[in-house]
Amino acid sequence: MLDDFMVRAALAGAGVAIAAAPLGCFVVWRRMAYFGDATAHAAILGVAMSLAFSMSIFIGSMTVALMMALTVSVLSGRGYAMDTLLGVLAHSALAFGLVAVSFITGVRIDLMAYLFGDILAVTRGDLAVIWGGAAIVVALIGWRWSALLTATLNEDLAYASGINPKREQLVLTFALAITVAVAIKVVGVLLIAAMLIIPAAAGRPLSRTPEGMAIAAGAIGIFSVIAGLRAAYEFDTPAGPSIVCVAALTFLLTSVFRNVRA
Amino acid sequence: MSLVDVEGLSVRYGARTVLSNVSLRIEPGEIVTIVGPNGSGKTSMLRAIIGAVKPYRGRVTQGRDVTIGYVPQKLHIDETLPITVSRFLKLPSGAAALDIEHALAQAGVPDLVNAQLSQLSGGQFQRVLLARALIKKPDLLLLDEATQGLDQRGSASFYQQIESVRQETGCAVLMISHELHVVMSASDRVICLNGHVCCEGTPAVVASAPEYRALFGTGTGGALALYRHEHDHGHDHGHDHDHTHGQTHDHGDHNHDCSEGSD
Ligand SMILES: Nc1ncnc2c1ncn2[C@@H]1O[C@H](COP(=O)(O)OP(=O)(O)O)[C@@H](O)[C@H]1O
Ligand SMILES: [Mg+2]
Repeated sequence: MLDDFMVRAALAGAGVAIAAAPLGCFVVWRRMAYFGDATAHAAILGVAMSLAFSMSIFIGSMTVALMMALTVSVLSGRGYAMDTLLGVLAHSALAFGLVAVSFITGVRIDLMAYLFGDILAVTRGDLAVIWGGAAIVVALIGWRWSALLTATLNEDLAYASGINPKREQLVLTFALAITVAVAIKVVGVLLIAAMLIIPAAAGRPLSRTPEGMAIAAGAIGIFSVIAGLRAAYEFDTPAGPSIVCVAALTFLLTSVFRNVRA
Repeated sequence: MSLVDVEGLSVRYGARTVLSNVSLRIEPGEIVTIVGPNGSGKTSMLRAIIGAVKPYRGRVTQGRDVTIGYVPQKLHIDETLPITVSRFLKLPSGAAALDIEHALAQAGVPDLVNAQLSQLSGGQFQRVLLARALIKKPDLLLLDEATQGLDQRGSASFYQQIESVRQETGCAVLMISHELHVVMSASDRVICLNGHVCCEGTPAVVASAPEYRALFGTGTGGALALYRHEHDHGHDHGHDHDHTHGQTHDHGDHNHDCSEGSD
C-alpha cells in the first residue's frame, strides 16, 4: 500500500494536518499568525545549511526554526514592535537562505520543492519523520493543553493558578519549530502558515469549545489533504497549493454557514 | 497567621519604579480596599501577590495552604476562541459539575453554565470571573476593579454578592475600587496607594487623612458622610484641613503630598 505515491502523499498530508490542528488553534487564538510565517520562512536557511553540511533536512530546518522562534520571543519582550521585528527577521532569513543555497555547488537543488513542497515525492522515511514529529507535537500540546489554554486567556490568570505563561510560550515555540520542519517537505515554506491557520479558522464557526475547535481543524485539514490531492491528480495542478485551496474553500463555506445561522 | 504578608515591596518595570517600600498584611476574613489614582501601582500590587511580577525589593509571603482567587482588571476573550462558561471554570485543573453550579450560584449567575463566554454582557462576564475565582474555595479573594463597566445598580449588587460570599465562606477580600462610596461602606480597612502607602486605616480614618484629601479632594467627604454621619469633623464643608488628625495613621517619613508620586 505504501508503495503507491498517492497513498504516501495522503498519509504525509494527514500527519501534517494532525500536528497543525491543535497548534494552529493556538496560533489563531494568540494572534501569532505572522509568527508562524516567520518561523517557516527562516526554515529555508535551515534547508541550505542541511545541504551544505549534509545533515538531515528535518534537523537543519528545525534547528533554524527554533532559533528564529526563540530570538523573536526574547526580542519581543524588549520593546521592539513585533510585526517589524518579524518582518525583518523572517524575510532576511529567507533571503540569506536563498543566497546560501546558491553557493552550494555540486548538488542539484530543487528549491521550488522547499518553497512549495513536493508531497508527491514523500518517501517511507519521510513518512516516519512526519508521523514521529506529529506525534511529538500532539503529545506535547495535549500534555500542556489546560495550562496553554489558561495562559492564552490571560497571563495573570495563569500566574494566579501557578502556571508560568513564559514556559507555556516556549512549549508552543518548540511545537511550532517541529511542525515547520515536518511540513516543509509536504506543503513547503510558503504554505506552512496556511496549513496552520486556515483549517483552524474554518473550524471556528463549527465549535463551542477549544477542544472542539482543535478536532474540527484536524478533520478539515485531513479532508483538505485528501480532496486537494484528488483535485491535483484530476486537474494536473500542483499538490501543495491545491490542498491549501480546498482548505480555503472550506473556510469560505463554514464562514457562510456561521452567517446564515446567526 | 496572615493570609498574605507583603514586606517592603518595590516593583519596577525596566528602570521605572511603580511601587516602593509597600508593606501590608491581610488577615483571615477581613475586607481591605486599595484606592489610588490611575497608574498608582494598584494592579501591580495584586500582580506581585499572585507572582505575576517579581519584587524588585522586599518580599511577598503567602500563608501555608492559602488559596487565592483572582479576578483580573481586564480580560479580553478573543472572538476566535470558542469556550463555554463551564469549560472556563474548569481551567486549568478541572472542577466537578456540582462545584461549577455552586460557584455560579454564589456569583449570582446560576443559569450561565453552557453560555459562550464571548457572548456574555459585561455584568455577566464579571460574575463569571468571580465564579471562577470562587471555585477553588479561596481563603483570599483578589478583585481588581471588578465592577468596571457596570452601571451603579450592577456594581451595587456585585458588591452585595461579594459581601454574601464572604459571609458564606469567611474568605478575606482584597479589592481595588474607584467607587469611594462603596469602599467606605463595605471595607474594614482602606489602603490609599500612590506608588507608596500614603495612608491606611479604617475608612473614617483614611477619608479624613490629609494625604487622602490631597489625592481625592475634599468632595469625597460626601462619600464618608454616607458611611458615618456622626463623624466628628467638618469634612463635607469643602474647606482645607491641613492639621494632623488625631486618628491619622502614622505614615513615617513619607511626604504629605501624595500627588507628587512615589519617591
Ligand atoms: N507590564 C508593564 N510594563 C511596563 N509598565 C507597566 C506595566 N504594567 C504597568 N505599568 C506601569 O506601571 C504603572 C502602574 O500601573 P498599575 O499597577 O496598572 O496602576 P493602577 O492599577 O493603579 O492603575 C503605570 O504607570 C503603568 O503604565
Ligand atoms: Mg489597575
